[in-house]
Amino acid sequence: MEPFRTLTSRTVVLPAANIDTDQIIPARFLTTTTRAGLGERLFADWRYDEQGAPRARFVLNQPAAAGCQILVAGPNFGCGSSREHAAWALSDYGFRAVISTEIADIFRNNALKNGLLPILVKEPTARWLIAHPGASLGIDLAACSLTLPDGSTVSFPLEPFARHCLLEGLDELGFLLAHAAEIDAFERRA
Amino acid sequence: MARTPQTLFEKVWQRHEVCAESPATPAVLYVDLHLVHEVTSPQAFALLRERQLRVRRPDRTLATMDHSTPTTTAQLFGGAPIAIDAAARQVRELEENCARFGVELLGLRHAQRGIVHVIGPELGLTQPGKTIVCGDSHTSTHGALGALAFGIGTTEVAHVLATQCLLQRKPRTLAVSLTGSLARGVTAKDLILAIIGRLGVSGGTGHVIEYRGDTIATLDMDARMTLCNMSIEAGARAGMIAPDETTFAYLAGRPRAPVGEAWERALTLWRGLPTDPGARFDREVAVDAAAVEPMITYGTNPGMAIPIGAHIPRRPGDPVFARALEYMGLCAGEPIKDQPVNVVFIGSCTNARLSDLRTAAALLRGRHIAPGLTMLVVPGSQQVKRAAEAEGLDRVFLEAGAEWRESGCSMCLGMNGDVVGRGQYAISTSNRNFEGRQGAGARTLLASPLTAAASALRGRVTDPRELC
Repeated sequence: MEPFRTLTSRTVVLPAANIDTDQIIPARFLTTTTRAGLGERLFADWRYDEQGAPRARFVLNQPAAAGCQILVAGPNFGCGSSREHAAWALSDYGFRAVISTEIADIFRNNALKNGLLPILVKEPTARWLIAHPGASLGIDLAACSLTLPDGSTVSFPLEPFARHCLLEGLDELGFLLAHAAEIDAFERRA
Repeated sequence: MARTPQTLFEKVWQRHEVCAESPATPAVLYVDLHLVHEVTSPQAFALLRERQLRVRRPDRTLATMDHSTPTTTAQLFGGAPIAIDAAARQVRELEENCARFGVELLGLRHAQRGIVHVIGPELGLTQPGKTIVCGDSHTSTHGALGALAFGIGTTEVAHVLATQCLLQRKPRTLAVSLTGSLARGVTAKDLILAIIGRLGVSGGTGHVIEYRGDTIATLDMDARMTLCNMSIEAGARAGMIAPDETTFAYLAGRPRAPVGEAWERALTLWRGLPTDPGARFDREVAVDAAAVEPMITYGTNPGMAIPIGAHIPRRPGDPVFARALEYMGLCAGEPIKDQPVNVVFIGSCTNARLSDLRTAAALLRGRHIAPGLTMLVVPGSQQVKRAAEAEGLDRVFLEAGAEWRESGCSMCLGMNGDVVGRGQYAISTSNRNFEGRQGAGARTLLASPLTAAASALRGRVTDPRELC
């Protein structure tokens, strides 16, 4: 995994609450057996019409969204199905961070394992971000801080181990494998 | 010194800590049972191949296929090919992965195949006190037997395959205390929809729910599974119910339940699992189960549920609410009752066990569904299917005008081609009414098997108490 240290990008805003993983990547695209190419299908039913043509009004289809790596979303983003395809689709599309006041548990875990940073902010910050789509933000993961366009910073919480793995570009599997002796001992006890 | 009173969750968690959590690192948690299916496993097995790893404990791993599998007998047993190429590839890939890594597979034509959350308990593999994971959010179902069971992503599926462990921070606990018996015409599905309405769709985030109180003793295992199944719809990864005599009677004699002395030892262990008197939960919510009415959803998440006789609420100035109603083609302030429906689906890991089918069949017996309506009955497993057929339930459904299918997830998420058409209304016994969940543009009304059957007879949303 590529290390994640800092990121500067403009935002795309999807203000709706409870954006579930069925919206992020509809089930009919889950028949894939690889991780690649899911970005094309990201938010498929919002992004494309019945004939498969882009819906001009959807935010990702607007010129301003090009190159944006930060998604700002309403509360409880990523609820529903555990499909990691949701994190893969966001990541494959080019997003590297998702900001919300609430992020669903399984999605948050999946995001962290794919270098997609889930950032929790408080209500006033979220309100400001939702009201200012396209705002340019700075993220400093080592400091767990988010810099707003006026230069002010807000800090965000992140589980220390997940942060360590992101900063160093480590995956958790290596850490778990290194515990083989403890796992052996546990199995003998059990 | 007296031991600190513990909750059911804390007891199960503590017994599975390979390494306890520290401020810097999460706990290494041991997994007793890993259930695998065709949709969320291919990329995990690929990671194992890439890293040249083996499956650490094939004996603690069981695979089946349910999500993308066809439900027509012709495709499963009649020699017809699986209609969706990509689904056929996924099925093949799971077969190959299981063969290569030595994992037991209850494959496409196996007599014990079924929805992963139906077959675990049915086989007696799901047991009190176990930790159980699966790459599926409805793994919470298994908590009905007193297991700690939760859904994981595909990367974590690879972690468990390779190490039989997961890195986890200890979640908080939430007690949902239920009092009273369910009224006539009210089922566990109505109860969980009422609970989600109360907690909100993110009210359980970061928590493990324990459903407790005197209502639990009145619920059979199928009902308890329905309750725990939808914990994730309130944001909670796991829902648990303390094991009791009902649990033990359910498990006794099941093919993979312990026998003889091992059964006696297990019983001793299981009897010690319920939450100790005086144990503290991080949060507690009380729900009067006796006051719950048949519930139905009107919006695009499971928290948007009302009693079937109620009017759709008004929330002026809430654009998300307005959008949900626009998608559903429903109006604030109007009754939901008598809304015409096009499709009725009885199935899914929420409501496709034998008692669910019996409940629906009892209402349909000797009657016919409304003209023009499509009704799909999809048993939760091949064993449920055979048991239902032995009682003649298949005849009841077929004579009523419904389709009787092979088991699988089917129309709950429409991956296998069983979909609801654009703009059509479906009453579904499944768990999610998200936009497009049952097919692009489909409009889902979640309800109990009883309400689904009653509504099928009239072709519109019907209060089952008017018919039973």
